[in-house]
Amino acid sequence: MATSTAIPAPNTRQLKRRRVNWEMWGWLYMRVSGVLLVVLIFGHLLVNLFLGDGVKAIDFAFVAGKLADPFWVVYDMLLLWFALIHGANGMRTIINDYAHGRLRIVFLVALAGATIVLLTLGTLVLTTFDPCIGEPSATLAPLCAAQ
Amino acid sequence: MSTTDAAKIRAPKITAPKRPVGTLYRGREGMWSWVLHRITGVAIFFFLLVHILDTALIRVSPEAYDAVIGTYKTPIMGLGEIGLVAAIGLHALNGLRIIAIDFLSIGPRIQRLMFWIVVAVWLLLLAGFIPRQLLHVFGGE
Repeated sequence: MATSTAIPAPNTRQLKRRRVNWEMWGWLYMRVSGVLLVVLIFGHLLVNLFLGDGVKAIDFAFVAGKLADPFWVVYDMLLLWFALIHGANGMRTIINDYAHGRLRIVFLVALAGATIVLLTLGTLVLTTFDPCIGEPSATLAPLCAAQ
Repeated sequence: MSTTDAAKIRAPKITAPKRPVGTLYRGREGMWSWVLHRITGVAIFFFLLVHILDTALIRVSPEAYDAVIGTYKTPIMGLGEIGLVAAIGLHALNGLRIIAIDFLSIGPRIQRLMFWIVVAVWLLLLAGFIPRQLLHVFGGE
């Protein structure tokens, strides 16, 4: 006896349950975060690579000076979250395009793991930064001794 | 009506278009900008992973941070930073082009022109950055 398979008419509405369209939100996120990142990253590059002595000026004291200002803490936090999630979602697209089967799952899990670890690490560093860590420099020593 | 008659009637309707229509990503500027967007995107992503880790050393000790950030000031890394800024600049400008294609009604029609505007602005950006970076890295103290 032949088994019959019910084939719905082509014009039958498939979306009975209204689910969240994650791919659409991901697509939109890339565009919204992209615009924000253009501003955030060009500002970041301007201050750290272009103005003053550029990359030569960057050391512990330079970063400690920036992070003493809440503006830069918030700025770096926005940069961390927007950039890493934007990058991870882009990598997800590329993995879905080129990897198949079990390897694809391995890549996706590794990507998710790296993203979660680095978001947590970056957030902890920005929220618990201590300029008096280790041997305080000459300029910081009196300030740190007062604490 | 014979089958040959039917073929004669249908023939004009199934002629293939001379060139692909309505494609953005097949060949030329549309495709190459897509390829470059992927390559620069992956490169920037891996730099970001390293950059979060090296910046996290700020929480370990001033010595650890200064030692690692010192490597960013060497001539080879100084040139690498030019590559990084070039990749970020192209990805950022082409990203804005993609947004314009998606959200502007005239976007898809002017995508090719917009690609060359991206290249022009990108070259201007690098013309501003590269001399300054070379001065920072190779200029005397």
